[in-house]
Amino acid sequence: MSNANELTIAAARDKLRAGDLSAVDLTMACLTAMDAGDTLGAFVHKTPEIALEQARAADARLQAGGAPDLCGIPLGIKDLFCTKGVPSQAASNILAGFKPEYESTVTAKLFDAGAVMLGKLNMDEFAMGSSNESSCYGPVVNPWRSDDRELSPGGSSGGSAAAVAGDLCLAATGTDTGGSIRQPAAFCGIVGIKPTYGRVSRWGIIAYASSLDQAGPMTKSVRDAAILLGAMAGHDPKDSTSADLPVPDFEAALTGDIRGKKIGIPREYRVAGMRPEIQKIWDKGAEMLRDAGAEIVEVSLPHTKYALPAYYVIAPAEASSNLARYDGVRYGHRAKLAAGDGITEMYEKTRAEGFGAEVQRRVMIGTYVLSAGFYDAYYNRARKVRALIKRDFEQAFAAGVDAILTPATPTPAFGLGEMSSADPVEMYLNDVFTVTLNLAGLPGVSVPVGLDADGLPLGLQLIGRPWEEGELLNHAYVLERAAGFVAKPQKWW
Amino acid sequence: MLDLTYETPKPKVIAGAKHDWELVIGMEIHAQVSSNAKLFSGASTAVGAEPNSNVSFVDCAMPGMLPVINEYCVEQAVRTGLGLKAQIHLRSAFDRKNYFYPDLPQGYQISQLYHPIVGEGEVLVEMAPGVARLVRIERIHLEQDAGKSIHDMDPAMSFVDFNRTGVALMEIVSRPDIRGPEEAAAYVVKLRQILRYLGTCDGDMQHGNLRADVNVSVCRVGQYEKYQETQDFSHLGTRCEIKNMNSMRFIQAAIDYEARRQIAIVEDGGQVVQETRLYDPDKGETRSMRSKEEAHDYRYFPCPDLLPLEIEQAWVDDIAARMPELPDAKKARFMGDFGLTDYDANVLTADLESAAFFEAVAQGRDGKTAANWVINELFGRLNKEGHGIGDSPVSAAQLGGMLDLLSKGEITGKMAKELFEILWTEGGDPAEVAAARGMKAVTDTGAIEAALDALIAGNPAQVEKAKVNAKLAGWFTGQVLKATGGKADPAVVNAMVAAKLGL
Repeated sequence: MSNANELTIAAARDKLRAGDLSAVDLTMACLTAMDAGDTLGAFVHKTPEIALEQARAADARLQAGGAPDLCGIPLGIKDLFCTKGVPSQAASNILAGFKPEYESTVTAKLFDAGAVMLGKLNMDEFAMGSSNESSCYGPVVNPWRSDDRELSPGGSSGGSAAAVAGDLCLAATGTDTGGSIRQPAAFCGIVGIKPTYGRVSRWGIIAYASSLDQAGPMTKSVRDAAILLGAMAGHDPKDSTSADLPVPDFEAALTGDIRGKKIGIPREYRVAGMRPEIQKIWDKGAEMLRDAGAEIVEVSLPHTKYALPAYYVIAPAEASSNLARYDGVRYGHRAKLAAGDGITEMYEKTRAEGFGAEVQRRVMIGTYVLSAGFYDAYYNRARKVRALIKRDFEQAFAAGVDAILTPATPTPAFGLGEMSSADPVEMYLNDVFTVTLNLAGLPGVSVPVGLDADGLPLGLQLIGRPWEEGELLNHAYVLERAAGFVAKPQKWW
Repeated sequence: MLDLTYETPKPKVIAGAKHDWELVIGMEIHAQVSSNAKLFSGASTAVGAEPNSNVSFVDCAMPGMLPVINEYCVEQAVRTGLGLKAQIHLRSAFDRKNYFYPDLPQGYQISQLYHPIVGEGEVLVEMAPGVARLVRIERIHLEQDAGKSIHDMDPAMSFVDFNRTGVALMEIVSRPDIRGPEEAAAYVVKLRQILRYLGTCDGDMQHGNLRADVNVSVCRVGQYEKYQETQDFSHLGTRCEIKNMNSMRFIQAAIDYEARRQIAIVEDGGQVVQETRLYDPDKGETRSMRSKEEAHDYRYFPCPDLLPLEIEQAWVDDIAARMPELPDAKKARFMGDFGLTDYDANVLTADLESAAFFEAVAQGRDGKTAANWVINELFGRLNKEGHGIGDSPVSAAQLGGMLDLLSKGEITGKMAKELFEILWTEGGDPAEVAAARGMKAVTDTGAIEAALDALIAGNPAQVEKAKVNAKLAGWFTGQVLKATGGKADPAVVNAMVAAKLGL
């Protein structure tokens, strides 16, 4: 199959098991697509040798029978994941040349399950950004275009979203701190789920904001998301925040039956100035779920408006501390020093050269909000807001709501460079619908539901109860089937 | 157990040029937790390893690495808290203390600022028999140690050794209840003793496994009582913190210097600046470590990589049930059960090995005699030859066996000393050695009597002198002992001399 790279995980799995396709052929198709897709800038480091070796091993395993779902499935891995012996830089110059001597728990699980790594995927530097423009490797271009305008794939998992949407791989790993899986998934017309905080191990994933970071799958279908999440999830004693809970069969949860379920529509998400096409798709999504037998109810999440400011205090605060280790002492970039320079100059020059503007901005914000005299006014207040936001959701779920439906993003994909000249807050507003879940630790999935007038994909977000990713994905599955979203970007690259 | 009641010692008073001044001292003791692995990584804590050989990916802060709490270190902290009669917090939490330094790879130290694992406790610090200061403990928290920067290996470069990075420390914070340099040193001694009894810290100050930050301020006489009534620190002077002291002698010298420095400033109309200072033992002075502008803002915040630490009361109870006997209790027991003096009980309970040795010797024997032999003969000899109790050439069983011979009158005190010498140098079973060497006290009073009678008969002048001055009767005793080749028991001879001379 020359176009095997266009397959979903589920379809490829079935073909591999049936012997209709070999993992090596599937991998070759992806490697070819990956090379042909260089203009997209999605892959920043290709690992064809590893991929082919893994594919050959997968074929042997498939032949032996009883191979796991992911055996032989070619994936792209976000550069935030540490992969043993393979450059892992979080798209930052400060980690120039860094090759970890260890494998992140998630990638180790994937490779144990027989998955194939095609390479490392572009992203916003240290996962800070919503446009994939803060990468040291340069931006990713969205496979979707309108009027030949180059669009952002969103961020921070922009490389992952573009690679999946452009069929350079079957699926990819992403990470989500404030919307970094769901927003690019929506911009690129794919599915992305941020699991419940603690569902997936953070060990070996370069930290941005530890209390918010969570890895998840970015896929071509809801079923693929269920399969990939099942392989990524699970308790990890090396991550103290990882939950010691069994991983259910998420794919088996996709019954397509949501009759009698209650879907909440939060009134506070109807933000001022919301674009009509977003409101329209949102209404349409609610209608689809109602048609499938669910009950649509209005819910109130009163503290929503404080989510974005709270997020932009907590995330930078943690980041300022998490990124302190990049000091030029042990690994990565170290600035050339002038005669007489001491350790302070080494720190200052190294970090000034190694970190991009957005990272520096967040480190400075974080340092400021944690400093003596400001801690209570900013950080502590943000923590209180966070608790209130969590309580909002708890109350909605306690009232019998099974899932909450919101838009994934306030706009469709914007043009590359459009945001770079704007106030950084403009960019931060992209996260308005997504950050609340990170603050509350809840699972959320972004599902493509339709196209806007310019032919760009629009996504909706479903929010689930903690640890109920299976049920959440089932709701997403219903939405996916009802929407019948099959559009693909026209190949221009 | 004896009920020990104590008087409070007088605070140290230093006479300034104008007034008398009192000292107020609080201490932060950093005690390395005795454990095989580090606080948040599985790396070894063994000392003496090649630089950077006991370092995990977590310790050197590789990207994406996460801390996982070492349960044994938590147990040790709980044990320490129980040993200091402190409140154990079933829920505590870790915070990050942020600052840049090459020996701090994460760029932050994981510590417990807001919710320490151990709350208020106390340490009884004895200054003299019946005189003791009760020092209140404010808190104990767990934290990571830093690595070691090495600046003297190369003229241009610095090096760093991460072996120590991430090793668990307990920071034991006292209230400002210590009132003089001697009390400060005694407090450290006592705390160290308790930790060693508990097995939670080896107390090795030379290797920095126990080090102290000392907060010193001075106040006019009477001010401290006002602080005690109100707990309002404004009644006290401004304090300075002297960092990283690892010798009792330096602690005392530094406090004394620092107090006098502060008194001089205040009496000159100046103000003490609250700051961190270092003690220079060569010059015998403290000096400012960093100016106010360089003062760190540590930007503490809850460590998001670790969930709050929750422990169960049942677990704490289990640790409590397995607590060893602590110094105060042991001392009281030694005084009660063995009739020891305060001084001897202190000496014998100074460390566990000495106490165990003594107890083995004293069990079923006369406690005071056992104490005398252990302290005067054994410890004296051990000190002289640079041995510890652990490698004493004479075992408790040997010493006990020798004391049995002595108490049964089978050997004399003089013989006992000789026998001890033989046991020390050659070893052997005391009874067998004594028999082989012909060490046997003359218990035959007939022989003693005969010798004495002969002496009295042959020395009438001496008899007259002794009758006038009883002290001179000792001459007869000495002569009898000589005549019996030192095998007679001097007490028996003394009694007979007194009887015969009618003294």
